[in-house]
Amino acid sequence: MAPGHASALRWSRLLEIAERRLPALTRLKREEPLPITLDRHRIYVLPTRFGVLFSLVLLVMLMGALNYNNNPAMLLTCLLAAASYQSVFASFRTLDRVQLRRLRAEPCHAGDTLRIQLLFHAETRPRNSLCLRAAGGETVFRVDPAAETRVHLELPAAQRGLRRLGRMRLSSEYPYGLFQVWSWLNPDFAALIYPRLETDAPPLPLGGADADTTPVRGSGDELATLRDYRPTDPLRSIAWKASAHHDTLLVKEFELRRGRDVVLDYSVLHGLDREARLSRLARWVCAAESSQIRYTLVLPDTRLGPGLGSAHRHACLRALALQPGGAA
Amino acid sequence: MTKAPPLLTKAQFALTAASVTAAVLPHVWRLPGMFGGPILLVLAGRWLHRHFGGARIPIAIKLPLILAFPAIIILHYGNIFGREPGSALACSMLALKLVETDTRRDARAAIAFASFVLMSALLFNSSLGFALLLIAALSLFFAALRELENRDGDAQRALLPALREGLRAGAVSLAAALPLALCVFVFFPRLGSPLWGAPTDATARTGLGDRMAPGTIEELLIDDSPAFRVTFDGPPPPRASLYWRGPVLWHFDGSAWSRPEYFASSRAGGNLQTSGATIGYDVMLEPSDRRWLLALDMPVAAPETAVRGADMSLVSRASVDTLLRYHVTSAPHYQLDADLGPEQRRLSLSLPPGFNARSRALAEDWRSTLRDDGAVIRAALDLFHEKFFYSLNAPLLGRDSVDDFLFETRTGFCEHYASAFTFLMRAAGIPARVVTGYQGGYYNAVGDYWVVRQSDAHAWAEVWLEGRGWVRVDPTGAVSPQRVELGARAAAGASAPWYQADWLLGLRNQFDVLSRVWNSAVVQFNSLRQQSLLTPFGIEKAEYGDLVTAALVGSSVLLALFAWWVLRAPRVRVDPLDAAYAALCRKLARAGAPPRPQDGPQTLALRSADLWPGERDVQRLLARYVNLRYACALPEAGAVRAFAQAVAALHLPPAPRART
Repeated sequence: MAPGHASALRWSRLLEIAERRLPALTRLKREEPLPITLDRHRIYVLPTRFGVLFSLVLLVMLMGALNYNNNPAMLLTCLLAAASYQSVFASFRTLDRVQLRRLRAEPCHAGDTLRIQLLFHAETRPRNSLCLRAAGGETVFRVDPAAETRVHLELPAAQRGLRRLGRMRLSSEYPYGLFQVWSWLNPDFAALIYPRLETDAPPLPLGGADADTTPVRGSGDELATLRDYRPTDPLRSIAWKASAHHDTLLVKEFELRRGRDVVLDYSVLHGLDREARLSRLARWVCAAESSQIRYTLVLPDTRLGPGLGSAHRHACLRALALQPGGAA
Repeated sequence: MTKAPPLLTKAQFALTAASVTAAVLPHVWRLPGMFGGPILLVLAGRWLHRHFGGARIPIAIKLPLILAFPAIIILHYGNIFGREPGSALACSMLALKLVETDTRRDARAAIAFASFVLMSALLFNSSLGFALLLIAALSLFFAALRELENRDGDAQRALLPALREGLRAGAVSLAAALPLALCVFVFFPRLGSPLWGAPTDATARTGLGDRMAPGTIEELLIDDSPAFRVTFDGPPPPRASLYWRGPVLWHFDGSAWSRPEYFASSRAGGNLQTSGATIGYDVMLEPSDRRWLLALDMPVAAPETAVRGADMSLVSRASVDTLLRYHVTSAPHYQLDADLGPEQRRLSLSLPPGFNARSRALAEDWRSTLRDDGAVIRAALDLFHEKFFYSLNAPLLGRDSVDDFLFETRTGFCEHYASAFTFLMRAAGIPARVVTGYQGGYYNAVGDYWVVRQSDAHAWAEVWLEGRGWVRVDPTGAVSPQRVELGARAAAGASAPWYQADWLLGLRNQFDVLSRVWNSAVVQFNSLRQQSLLTPFGIEKAEYGDLVTAALVGSSVLLALFAWWVLRAPRVRVDPLDAAYAALCRKLARAGAPPRPQDGPQTLALRSADLWPGERDVQRLLARYVNLRYACALPEAGAVRAFAQAVAALHLPPAPRART
C-alpha cells in the first residue's frame, strides 16, 4: 500500500499546486450554491483504457480489410468504428443536465463515519451507471427521471469542526465503456463534526465546588408536580399509575436542586491539551443528556445553559466542535 | 490492498459468451472438424461450468488447452500464418479467452478480440446474406458491452430483458452510425497493392475444374449458388443456344478427361472465322479460385485480363479470387479451324489403350458400315435417344467406364453422355473433344440480367468435320431435350427438392437482385472506382489527399449534424393556456405593472383595477383565465384558443401611476 499511496498523495499535492497557480488551466471550480446543473461547459470526455484498446483492434481490422481489399469487411469495420465513436454522444447525454439539488448530513463525532445524503435529479431520461467519488468514497447509482434519487456517501470523519465536502467527481462510462465523461461538483456545503468522544472518561463532575456530594439517586425521586405529557418527554418519566386515573398521560416532574446541575467547565480541566479537553467535555455532554441531568457548558468564549434536550445538546456540541483549532 | 474486481453477473457472462460464440460460429462450419469440434466443446463446456456456478478455472486446465490448440494447428497446416491457420488460431484463442473470462476487464477484451474474429470471417465469404448476418451480430456485441457497463442495476438481472434491451440499443447505435460509416467507407483511400503477402491460399469452392470424371460435377449440379451474372448489350439469344464455354478437355486417361497443361499458355490461337451479327455482354464472375472465364461460343477476342487458348477457352492471367467483371463479344455463327493441325489431330484422336473394348468394337463397326462422319454421329445420338435415361442419380461406373455406361447402366447426366460420345467418335476416327461449361441461365426480370448458377454446369462435345471445322454436338440433348431447353432442374423432374419450389424461386430471384447490387456496389468497389468518385466536383482522378479531405469533410459534417441532434435542448411542451397567460403577464409588465412572482391572477385583477380604473378588460380576462384554469379539469381547446386571441387583441395603455 505504501508506495502507491505515497505517489497518489504526491500527485494530489501536485494537482493542488497546479490548481492554485493555474486556475484557468485546471478549471478550478469554486464552491457554488445548490442546485448545480451539469452542462456542456463543465462536462469533460476522454477515452477509457478499453476505448484505446478497442481503437487499436479497430485499426488492426482496418488494415486487414484494406490489405485483403475486402470491402464487406471494410464496411463492417467502418460500421463498428462509427457506432463505437458515436457512443461518446450517448456518454455525454448520461451526464448532461444532471442536477444536484440538495445535500444533507447528520452531524457525527470525529472518528465515526460521516453519512452524507445527496439528492440528484435528471429530466427526460434515465441516467445509468453514474459514479460519484468524493474524498475516498465511491458509489454507483442511477437516476430515474420520475423521482429524485437519494445517494448516500460515507466518509470517515477525521477531525472535529466544519468539514467542507470538497470537490466530488461525478463520472460515467455508459453505454459501452469506451469513453468516460466526468464533471466536478463543488457544492457550498460543510458537515459539522463534533469532537471525538473520550473513551474512558471520568464520571460527570457532579457537585461542583459549591454543591454537596450526595449521590444522584439519594433524593432525586422527590416528586414535585405532575403535568400533562408533551411529545418530547422521555417515556420513563411518565407517571403510569397516576395516568391510569386520568384521561391524559401525566408526567412526573422532579424538582432538581441547584446543586444537582452539572457545570462542564473547559477551564477547570487542567493538565490536558485542548483536544483532550474538548473530547472529554463532549463525552460529558452526552453522558449528562442520557442521564437527564441539566448541564451548563462553559467555554473560554461562551457559556451555554443550563439546559437539557437535543437542541441544547446540539448547541453545546456545536460550540465544542467550532472551537479554534478544528477543521475549517 | 487492492480490492479484487467483482465477478461478472449471470447476464453479463451470458451476453459475453453469446458474442464470442457469434464470432466463432461463422468460422467453425468452414474449419476442419478437428478444430471446429473442440472449439465448440470448449465454448459449451465453459458455458455449462458457469451456468452451474463454477468458480475460476485452474491454470492446470487452462495451460494444456492453450498449448494444445496451436500445436494441432501447426501440425495440420505447417505454420500459423495465412488466412486459414490464422483464423483457426484466432478462433481457438478466442474460445480459450472465454474460459478465463471472470471479470469485466476480461469480458471487454474478449469482445474486442471477438470483433476482429467476426470481421475476419468476411475474408472467406463476402456474400450479402453472410455480411448482413455478421453485421446483425455486431448489435449483440454492443448489447454485451452495455450490460458490462450496467453496474447500478441488481446483479440478478434476468438475461432475456437484458438481451432484448441491449439488442435494441445496439441496433439503434448501428443504424445511427450508418451515414458516418458509409462516408468513411466510400472515401477511405484503398490500397493499390497489399501491404503484406497477397491472399493466395485457396478454399474449397465448388466450380468447374480442369478435370472431368463422369459423376464428379454432380456436386455442382445441386449447388444453387450463382456462378456468374450476365447483362447483354442487345437482345439476348434464345436460351437453348446459351452455351457458356469453359475449359476444353482433350486428354482421356480411361477414367477422366483432362486438359493438357501446355494448352493453358498456348497463344497460338485457333483459326476462327465469323459471319453474321455478334453478341456483346458483360459478365460478373463470382470468385472461383480458378482461372477459367466463361464466354458464349465463340468469343471473338479475349478480355484484357485473359488470354484465349487455341481451343477458344478463356484463361485469366490470375486466378479469380474476387468478383471479376469483364466484357466479351461472341459470334454465334462461326467456323473454327477449317484445317486441323497434325498435333491437334493426334490429340483429338488419342485413346488410352486397353480400355472399353466393347465401345471400340461398336465404333469400328459403325465406321465400317456407315458412309460418312455425319452418319456415325447420327448413329451415336440415335443410340442415346432410344435407350438412355437422364438422371442426376447415376450409378457408379467401373474400370471401363464408357462400356459400363453404354451397355449396362444407361443412366446418367451430361458428363456421362459427353464422355461416352467423345469416346465413340474418337474410336470411329472422328477428332473430338469434351467441352465443359454452363448451359442456359435464368432471366431476372426485376434486375434485367441473366444469372447462371453452379447447377447449370454442363458438358458437351465438339467434333471436327472436314470442311466445317469444330462443330458442337450436345449428346445430352438427344436424351433429354428439356435439359437444354429448360435447364437441369426441369430435366431432373420430380426429384426437385422442396426448397426449389416456384414461389421460393421468385423470392430468390429478388434476393439475387440485391446480391448483384451488393456485388457491384460494395464488393467490387476498388481504388479505380474510388478515384472517379469526385468527378461531379470537378476532380477527374481523385488523389490520396483529395480522398482524405473528402472523408474528413464528410465525416465532420455528419458528426456535427449528429452532435446537434443529440445535444439539442429537450423540447418542452408548453400548455397553450399557460402560454396565453404568460403573454398577458408580459403585456402587463410592458404597461408598467410587472407581476411579482408571488402574484396570482386574483391579485393581479385587484391591482389592475387599481391601476386602470376605467379599464375592465384586464380583469375580465383574468377572471376568464381563473375560470379556464381552475373551474374544470381540462379546459376546452376552443375556449383556450379564444382566450389566447382575446389576450392578443388586448390593447393596454401605460398605467397612469407608473408614468408618474
